[in-house]
Amino acid sequence: MKQPAAVLGVGQTHHRAKRLDVSMAGLCREAIDRAMADAGVDWDGIDAVVVGKAPDLFEGVMMPELFLADALGAVGKPLLRVHTAGSVGGSTANVAASLIHSGVHRRVLAVAFEKQSESNAMWALSIAPPFSMPVGAGAGGYFAPHVRSYIRRSGAPEHIGSLVAVKDRHNGARNPYAHLRQPDITLESVRASTMLWDPIRYDETCPSSDGACAIVLGDSSAAHKDSAWIQATAMRTEPTTFAGRDQVNPRAGRDAAHALWREAGISDPLQEIDAAEIYVPFSWFEPMWLENLGFAAEGQGWKLTESGATAMDGQLPVNASGGVLSSNPIGASGMLRFAEAALQVMGRAGDHQVDGVRRALGHAYGGGSQYFSMWVVGNEKP
Amino acid sequence: MSTEVAVVGFAQAPHVRATEGTTNGVEMLVPVFAELFAETGMTKEDIGFWCSGSSDYLAARAFSFIAAVDAIGAIPPINESHVEMDGAWALYEAWLKIRTGEVDTALVYGFGKSSAGDLRRTLALQLDPYTVAPLWPDSVSVAALQARLGIDAGLWSELAMAEVAARAGGGDAVDLLGQPYIADPLRRHDCAPITDGASAVILASGDRARELRERPAWITGIEHRIDSGSLGARDLTTSPSTVASARAAGVDGVEAAELHAPFTHQEILLRQAIGLDDTVSVNPSGGPLAGNPMFAAGLSRIGEAARLVFDGLYGRVLAHATSGPALQQNLVCVMEAR
Repeated sequence: MKQPAAVLGVGQTHHRAKRLDVSMAGLCREAIDRAMADAGVDWDGIDAVVVGKAPDLFEGVMMPELFLADALGAVGKPLLRVHTAGSVGGSTANVAASLIHSGVHRRVLAVAFEKQSESNAMWALSIAPPFSMPVGAGAGGYFAPHVRSYIRRSGAPEHIGSLVAVKDRHNGARNPYAHLRQPDITLESVRASTMLWDPIRYDETCPSSDGACAIVLGDSSAAHKDSAWIQATAMRTEPTTFAGRDQVNPRAGRDAAHALWREAGISDPLQEIDAAEIYVPFSWFEPMWLENLGFAAEGQGWKLTESGATAMDGQLPVNASGGVLSSNPIGASGMLRFAEAALQVMGRAGDHQVDGVRRALGHAYGGGSQYFSMWVVGNEKP
Repeated sequence: MSTEVAVVGFAQAPHVRATEGTTNGVEMLVPVFAELFAETGMTKEDIGFWCSGSSDYLAARAFSFIAAVDAIGAIPPINESHVEMDGAWALYEAWLKIRTGEVDTALVYGFGKSSAGDLRRTLALQLDPYTVAPLWPDSVSVAALQARLGIDAGLWSELAMAEVAARAGGGDAVDLLGQPYIADPLRRHDCAPITDGASAVILASGDRARELRERPAWITGIEHRIDSGSLGARDLTTSPSTVASARAAGVDGVEAAELHAPFTHQEILLRQAIGLDDTVSVNPSGGPLAGNPMFAAGLSRIGEAARLVFDGLYGRVLAHATSGPALQQNLVCVMEAR
């Protein structure tokens, strides 16, 4: 029943705070054209289009896929619009994969974008609907208490977050598409940057980016010899607030990872995954998600980070692309993680290629840490 | 052999002009889920996959669908996804998920509180934001352009439109023509009412469907397509995406159809595009002219058509859902008894 699916090609835009040179249509098309060229596919070969982005208020257009239908090459084809909060880029790739897994389509284009400069994300997140807990301090204000709680529970030293920021920005400097490219950043400069939401400093946060990512997926008959096979996908959701919720180590993330490793036939992810692209918008989420994903025992994730295991030349390189800390077009950020994982498997990551990647993880999360989507891609057909 | 998938349950909230509930749909969805579980004997733990359709713009807030998960009681965490579209497209995603073999049941829901804002102006924001939306062409006026083009082309008349309204809502078609225009050539009876609501459908595969319902509505074809977003770049008197979807879904032998036509002329247009003859019973439920809850009305068409099969009234039925201005995006789902 379940048909194998593979990543045939990926493309992304150059990410910037404001891409004033392109419209939303132009931004998407920049990523799509690169993905189609990378996959060696023309429009006649695309059976369906799946598009994802985070809230429509981020650009100020209701259901922008409607006016973008021509630019996305979707006219006359099926078009699905996915929205699962910050995890949406990953979910969009997973939904596109299900179009192939189900045997319904042979080749599918998935695209995700965010053009944050068209509106104001802070405004879009600051609306106070009735009967809901107001945040009013952006995502950093929401997540800072979780980070503080992680530090308290794990006993992690306070420089761990800064170590991650330095690593990811150094990695980002090797990625020509990254928004922030800071080869000269140091532990001391990060530690000296402004405290925004204690304990999160300015240099430990993600930028606000315009950008897009596209992936072409195909079935067995469409795959090339160097395609990245999708070996497992998983999505899980839990409510934002209830008394028993652990926001430092959410159960939805643990359940999704458990299902993912089981489907991929992985019993020890630290040994069996060669590179990971993990959604880390604030640097402290690297050790937190290492634990949530099962790469480290609870309370031990920061030790893996501190040991250098997550560096480019470590046991588990995490975010060789520079990650969300280097580019954050919100709706596309998850798909960028999934696409970068595929690039590592295909050996096409250029200056940020990790040697000998056979299996890689793409991970995304969203909302108040309650939406999770993940995939494992590898060079062996499942 | 592809996986068989059937609709096995359907429930919907009362169609009301304005609910007192919040924009996240929770107050409307909780009783709908309870009704579905009572009807099928299932519990939330029996559901393998959840998928919903809704709109942040209708709720006037970012991430509005997240709070809707509170209606489920999603502990332990659920396998879930969401489309920023009518729930009919969430059903398509759930249908795919069952066909992959990963799950054998799915619950799909759609919800919308149109009364929270000014619907005609809100929908204007679906148009090209650089060149069209700044002119604020509202949704009824855009539909009126389409109605006028069809009249000028001789495809329908104001009387034929009034006859559609008379069938749906009662009254005499000629008398209805005495009513004033609200957007020439549309009169109030030509337009669906502004409605709050929610609906939900349960899908199941093979033997699981046969366990859950005596006469499941088996999906024999489900397809969707989109047309250009540029109103000037497409022929508004027809709907190529509906024609292509209907052809791919296979509509031969359909006895009844639930069409998502928020305007009277669109029912005529859709009948022509799908190829339904006069023997086909159209919108026995009353259709969108009797209640048009945004982001749930398309899913409701699938549920209403499935119910005609559950109840033994018809053996083969069709449901249609639409999205976007002037029927831009369309889905056709054909179901039958076995």
